[in-house]
Amino acid sequence: MTVVDMETAIDGALSDGDSLYLGGFTHLIPFAAGHEIIRQGYDDLHLVRATPDLVYDQLIAAGCATAVTFSWAGNPGVGSLRAFRRAVEDGVPHEVEIDEYSHFGLTSRLSAGARDLPFVPLRTFLGSDYPEVNDNIRVVENPYDPDEEVAVVPPLKPDVAVVSAQRADEDGNAQIWGIQGEIVEAAMAADTVVLTVEEVVDESVVRSDPNRTVIPDDAVDFVVEEPFGAHPSYAQGFYDRDNDAYLEWDEVSGTHEDTLAWLDEWVHGVENRREYMEKLGAERLLDLLPKRNYATPVDMGGY
Amino acid sequence: MADYTDTELMIARAAQELGDDDTVLVGVGVPNIACNLAKRTGAPGLRMIYESGTVDSDPSSLPLSIGDPVLASNARSVVPMVDGFGYYLQAGRIDVGFLGGAQIDKHGNINSTVIGDYDDPDVRLPGSGGACEIASNTERTLVITPHSERRFPEEVDFVTSPGYVGGREGREELGLRGGPEAVITDKAVMEFDDAGEMYVTSLHPGVSREDVRDATGWDISFADEVAETPVPTDEELRLIREELDPDGVYTGGGE
Repeated sequence: MTVVDMETAIDGALSDGDSLYLGGFTHLIPFAAGHEIIRQGYDDLHLVRATPDLVYDQLIAAGCATAVTFSWAGNPGVGSLRAFRRAVEDGVPHEVEIDEYSHFGLTSRLSAGARDLPFVPLRTFLGSDYPEVNDNIRVVENPYDPDEEVAVVPPLKPDVAVVSAQRADEDGNAQIWGIQGEIVEAAMAADTVVLTVEEVVDESVVRSDPNRTVIPDDAVDFVVEEPFGAHPSYAQGFYDRDNDAYLEWDEVSGTHEDTLAWLDEWVHGVENRREYMEKLGAERLLDLLPKRNYATPVDMGGY
Repeated sequence: MADYTDTELMIARAAQELGDDDTVLVGVGVPNIACNLAKRTGAPGLRMIYESGTVDSDPSSLPLSIGDPVLASNARSVVPMVDGFGYYLQAGRIDVGFLGGAQIDKHGNINSTVIGDYDDPDVRLPGSGGACEIASNTERTLVITPHSERRFPEEVDFVTSPGYVGGREGREELGLRGGPEAVITDKAVMEFDDAGEMYVTSLHPGVSREDVRDATGWDISFADEVAETPVPTDEELRLIREELDPDGVYTGGGE
């Protein structure tokens, strides 16, 4: 495998009509990939993630999405996802179909997809109205105890997953620390995986700490080295969430017109991530750098 | 009497519900401040778990969301979401869950999904997140919410998080663990009777029964002896204002 640039990876991995998972749970959201997808002009993507956030709001506003599979659609810690709401409530810029679960319901679907299971049982949904509005959520008899009913969900295998990690070797063996969310399940469930990392490191770095390797190279199709690729979300140990951007989005996304103007300036108005970062300015990025706080090294032993 | 806001009173009252041995699944915002307040006052051993998979978090500053890096740094462990929900929540390792929502009804069922018809919504809300499984799998759930007739209908538009469904028996028949224990609003504290219906156990200072009835969408009943909710202590107010929410993100100006 060779490391490629974002434009090449997205163009090679993604086709209109695909179901697309853009990874992360507040942490490691691949915004750089999302912006490249908007620039490439897709208009029939089925978006998947437990927590569609700003990057999905941007894809929806740009007209890239026709369906969203999710479990919590909001601006984390801020409020509503306004473009998502406009699409669901008013069909702006066009209708999107929704396929809705709870967090455990959706992550269980990805986990079943990653393990190639026909369905998984879970102790949730009974007593809620979700089974009434989503035919994928079914209630079956426990085959071992006919007195018990249990909810089940089917596997979910996105056509394409774009996931971020702090580092990987050139083959795509990826290491993540901090919050993983459902990144690994999605990467293992998807047909095609684009891995974007803060830094590509030597294979010996990965091999020095094998317990931290959560995505193996044979699941990965494209590796992209994209520093600050998760901005305005964060990468643990590399940079913090740019909370001003999340607060600004709440304002910017107030109307569809303002949202399009923002996309013109920050997505279509730049060629790639490097130009985006130059436009943000070094001072803003430097302000996001955390203090150092190393984990104690472990001794794997020499044998 | 100390000068306090409604939100500060709700936080201090909620913190009293948490014990030293409890493991709590924390929500961001007001519940997060209540849990951190409990940890610094009566329940230093309280274990805080977040939906994002951080276990026994010890945040050095107010997290901006449940996925904030301060919840991972210095946590006891960080697990994938499917493991957090599976090993910890579903397997019964969590005592308390905090829930919020746009509507809560007399049986403690909560709606955070949609106002109006699901397929043609008046207002599309964020949805369950982990709320449905928190409501189904913790030993007890606590709700903190402003009190208004709009938020307290007799029946919610959509059950995101089951409370006592149609009554305590209904919940048991479904095989759900626990159930809602207390609802803390800016007017009163409510608990649930043997039938699984909400009733008022304490009124906040200056709030009348009439105020609560006017802000509730059904004819709510009252305990035989209704208490007055204790106000936050000076130390609780100091902790909230100086350490837990110094910028007043969640508590500034009250409701």
